Amino acid sequence: MTAWPLLFLQEFVATCGDVLPIAAIILGFQFFVIRRPLPNPGKTFLGLIYVLLGITFFLEGLQMALFPLGKLMASQLTTTDFLGLSNSNLPIPWQAYTWIYIFAACIGFATTLAEPSLLAVALKAETLSGGSIRAWGLRIAVSLGVAFGIALGAFRIISGLNIYYFIIGGYVLVMLQTLFAPKLIIGLAYDSGGVTTSTVTVPLVTALGVGLANNVPGRNPLVDGFGLIAFASLFSIIAVLFYAQLAEWWNRSRFFINR
Amino acid sequence: MIMFGKNHFIRQLFNSMLDLLPILLVVLIFQLFVIQQPIPNIGELVLGIVFVIIGLALFVQGLEQGLFPLGEAMAYAFARKGSVTWLLIFAFSLGFGTTIAEPSLVAVADEAANIASKAKVIASTQEAQHHYAFGLRISVALSVGFAILVGVLRIIKGWPLHYLILCGYIAVIIITPFAPASIVGIAYDAGGVTTSTITVPLVTALGVGLATAIKGRNPMIDGFGLIAFASLTPMVFVMAYGLLL
Repeated sequence: MTAWPLLFLQEFVATCGDVLPIAAIILGFQFFVIRRPLPNPGKTFLGLIYVLLGITFFLEGLQMALFPLGKLMASQLTTTDFLGLSNSNLPIPWQAYTWIYIFAACIGFATTLAEPSLLAVALKAETLSGGSIRAWGLRIAVSLGVAFGIALGAFRIISGLNIYYFIIGGYVLVMLQTLFAPKLIIGLAYDSGGVTTSTVTVPLVTALGVGLANNVPGRNPLVDGFGLIAFASLFSIIAVLFYAQLAEWWNRSRFFINR
Repeated sequence: MIMFGKNHFIRQLFNSMLDLLPILLVVLIFQLFVIQQPIPNIGELVLGIVFVIIGLALFVQGLEQGLFPLGEAMAYAFARKGSVTWLLIFAFSLGFGTTIAEPSLVAVADEAANIASKAKVIASTQEAQHHYAFGLRISVALSVGFAILVGVLRIIKGWPLHYLILCGYIAVIIITPFAPASIVGIAYDAGGVTTSTITVPLVTALGVGLATAIKGRNPMIDGFGLIAFASLTPMVFVMAYGLLL
C-alpha cells in the first residue's frame, strides 16, 4: 500500500504514452492542414488533462480493488472443488455450472454499467436526441445484453459448441431486427456493440473465459478461452435494437389509448 | 479543479458512485454468500474504489470539456475546408494511430503469438513470435484505419449504415471456415478490444460533428456507426492474416 504513489505515477506515464500518437495526429493536422487555432485551447487542454488523470485514477483503482478480486472469484468459481464434482471422472453436465452462468451474467452487467466508453456514447446520444433517449436506459439495455451474451458465451465454453454457429445466428438476428427497428437508433445500437467491451470488461471477462476453459474437462484454454468478448458485443447490439423496438411499440400503444 | 464549480464536481462524484455501485454489489454478494471466504486487503480495496470513483468523475468532466469539443471542432474545420482527401487521410491516421499503440491490443497480440507457436503454426522462437505479434498489430491497426476511412466516407455520401455492416458480417461468415481454428476466437475478440476509452469519445464526436456540419445529414442517423465498423473489420483482417501465414 505504501507504494501506490509510485504505481500511480507509472500508470499516468503509461496513459500519456498511449495518448501520444493520438495527440501527435491531432496536433499535426491542426497545424499543417487545418491551420486554424482551436476555439478554446485552454479549456480543451484542461479537459484533456482531466481525461488523462481520470483514466489514471480509474485504472489504478481497478487494479488495486476490483481486478484481483474479480479474477480470484472467476478462478474460484470454476474449480471442480467448488462445483462439488472433484471425485468424478465423468464428463460434467452443463447444468452443473449454474453459479457460473449467474456470476457471468452479473459480472457482465455490472462491468458494462461502469464502462467509461459506454458512458461517453450514452451521454452523446442523450444530448443529440434531446433527452428522448435516456443515458441510463441505454446503458441498462446494453448491460442486460452483455449479461446475456457473457452467460451464453460461458455456456458455449462449457458445452464446447462451435462459436461460428452462435455468431452466424446473432448476425442474422441483428439484420432481421435492423429491418424493423426505428431508423434513428440503428447507428447507436451498432456502436454500442463496439464500446461495451473495453477497460473494465475485457480483463475480468477474459479471466473468466480462460479460467473456465482451464478447468472444464476437455476444453483447451487456447482455443476455447476466447470469444466471450465477441458474444458481449453482439448481444449488446441485439439488446439495444430490442429496447428501441419495445419503446416504439409502447409509445404507439400509449398514443392510441390517449386518443 | 479551478475551472468547474465545486457543486458540479460533487454531483459528478455522486453519479460516479452510482455507476460503480452495481459492480461492488456483485463482487461483495458473491464473496460473502457464495464463495464465503474473507476478502483480502480491505484497506487497499476501499482506497482502490475511491480512486475509481474519482477517476470516473474526472473522466466525464474531461469528456465534456476536452474530448467532445475537440472532435467536433476538427469535424467542423474539415467540413469548412471542404477537402475530402485530407479528411479521409485524417480518418485513416486517427484509426491507425490510436490502434497501433492500444495496450489491450498489444496484450492480445502477444497471447495470439503464444497460441500460434504452440499450435506449430509458426516456429516457437522468440523472434518468430515477435514477428507474428507485430504483424497482427499492424493488420488490426490497418483494419481500424480502413474502417474509420470508409465510415467517414459513408457519412459524406450518406450511405445507409446497415449495408456496410451487412457486408462486414458476410465477410466474417465467409472467411471463418477457411481461417485456422486457433485464430478464430482471437479474431472475434479483436473486434472488441481495439476501441479504447480515448478513441471512442473522439471518434464519436468526429462522426456526430461531421453529420451535423454536412447539409442533409442527421447526426442521430448518420453520426453514429464509426465505432461499429471499426470493431467489425479487425475480425476480417485478423482472420485474413491467419490465412496468409
